[in-house]
Amino acid sequence: MAELTVAQGLTWNLWSDVQELFSYPFMVNAMEAGTIVAVMAGVTGWFMVLRRQAFAGHTLSVIAFPGAAAATLAGLPVAVGYFAFCGLGALSLAGISGSNRSHSAESAAIGSLQALALALGFLFVGLYHGLLTGLDSLLFGTFLGITRDQVLVLLVVAAVAVLLVAIAARPLYFASVDADVARAGGVPVRLLGLGFLLVLGLSVAATSQITGAVLVFALLVTPAATAHQITSRPVLGVALSVAIALAVTWLGLALAYYSVYPVGFYVTSLAFGLYLAVRITRVAVRRRRATGLPAAAAA
Amino acid sequence: MSETALPAVSFERAAVRLGGRTIWSDLTTTVGQGEFVAVLGPNGAGKSTLVKAILGLLPLAAGRASILGRRPGDANDRIGYLPQRRNFDAGTRVRGVDLVQLGLDGARWGIPLPFLPGRRRTAERVAEMIELVGASAYARKPLGELSGGEQQRLLIAQALVRRPRLLLLDEPLDSLDLPNQAAVAALVRRICRTENVAVMLVAHDINPILSYLDRVLYLAGGGGVEGRPEEVISSETLSRLYGAPIEVLHASDGRLVVVGQPEAPFVHGDRHDHG
Repeated sequence: MAELTVAQGLTWNLWSDVQELFSYPFMVNAMEAGTIVAVMAGVTGWFMVLRRQAFAGHTLSVIAFPGAAAATLAGLPVAVGYFAFCGLGALSLAGISGSNRSHSAESAAIGSLQALALALGFLFVGLYHGLLTGLDSLLFGTFLGITRDQVLVLLVVAAVAVLLVAIAARPLYFASVDADVARAGGVPVRLLGLGFLLVLGLSVAATSQITGAVLVFALLVTPAATAHQITSRPVLGVALSVAIALAVTWLGLALAYYSVYPVGFYVTSLAFGLYLAVRITRVAVRRRRATGLPAAAAA
Repeated sequence: MSETALPAVSFERAAVRLGGRTIWSDLTTTVGQGEFVAVLGPNGAGKSTLVKAILGLLPLAAGRASILGRRPGDANDRIGYLPQRRNFDAGTRVRGVDLVQLGLDGARWGIPLPFLPGRRRTAERVAEMIELVGASAYARKPLGELSGGEQQRLLIAQALVRRPRLLLLDEPLDSLDLPNQAAVAALVRRICRTENVAVMLVAHDINPILSYLDRVLYLAGGGGVEGRPEEVISSETLSRLYGAPIEVLHASDGRLVVVGQPEAPFVHGDRHDHG
């Protein structure tokens, strides 16, 4: 973690600050990884919010934590734990949503699964008498020490995930908006639901390695929720979701570089601030429209 | 027999069993092309079950069915379907135009790029349907911001967009107020005539649609009768169907009131869930 002391702090010259950011290979890797992750999270997150599966998405990111802890305990690469647990998590979530017809029973079952995952994670960390500093980066992520190999793996995973979502985009949109009619029209609604959860699990697993379990969720849900607030056009919405995820990731990484706080904090706060601003603007615009119409008619 | 002469729906001594219980049996009915037929009956009489059997979503336990000359489920690409009780809640951020377009290409795989050929034709067809149901003024707003009647018109446009030969509407009037019920019934009748599409409309109350109908299929007591509305909705026919004394009163404003109709034990768990 010695790199942190390398940072010279912000100057008033923005251009030289940005140049300094990219003069360190670890920072270049972090920016590349962040870019890949943001695109993938922006796309899958938009569908997750549309399908009202934010809770399921959050549960997947929590499941990533015991996955990493279990892998560390077993002496395996952390990535193996992330992918194995997120894959199993996606399958159990699909099982839960398939067996429960009511929404309340479904969310209760998902909540129980999430609690179990969290408990298991801390059990594995407890059993592993290693350095406790690992826990912090498992949960909140670190942008330091991302290798070229990790960036490449991430690129492949993201390309597969985004391509799968793109090919299934229309039937998935149909099944998400209008499951009964989609089923009658020949759309394999259940298969798409399972497939989407697996892609979501894949995104979470790949992203967790770099961003930690908490930040994954911030990148998945907040830019997408903001995009849904701004527009209800599907193609524009996905593009906006990706753009917002990219902006907060880049800015968050840069801010984290120049300060002592973790990258997860910045990305989450920036995304939340933007979401809040959009919501407030929307309410204000609606008020103005409601009160402004009679005046316009009189004019 | 040429395809145009085939009935849209034909059931012959058909029966459906759900969870060991016979919903209806010995049902024989025919819906001709371009006919407007209402499916009536008390809760649990199997009205939605009939719709699902037509779509091939539920198998027949006995008898035969032919939908547009094919087996149930094989002709679904030529059926427009509007399921029961669908209100999009206030948070639904999906536009009416997109909903209607899903009816056209929603089942198609592949990346929906804006510059692909056929895109303009799709947009034109969608706009035409929205115009037909009179929803042009609000089709670009999110569904969550629309009233039940406005949503229902867009859903009908969605069901129509693929030029179906048969339209299955499961209680489309349920969530609407009386003026809107009559307006949507009139719209369905007009579409039925201009587009020459057979319509089966499941309804709870016959009165708002009575003057627009060609025929009625009344399901009750595990069976069904069909015929012209005044033949079916009569004390004699309904008493025979229920196996119990039923009285049909003619109100002075032309409305029909069915008295003494026993409610069947309900089987559609989903009917009462949402209150």
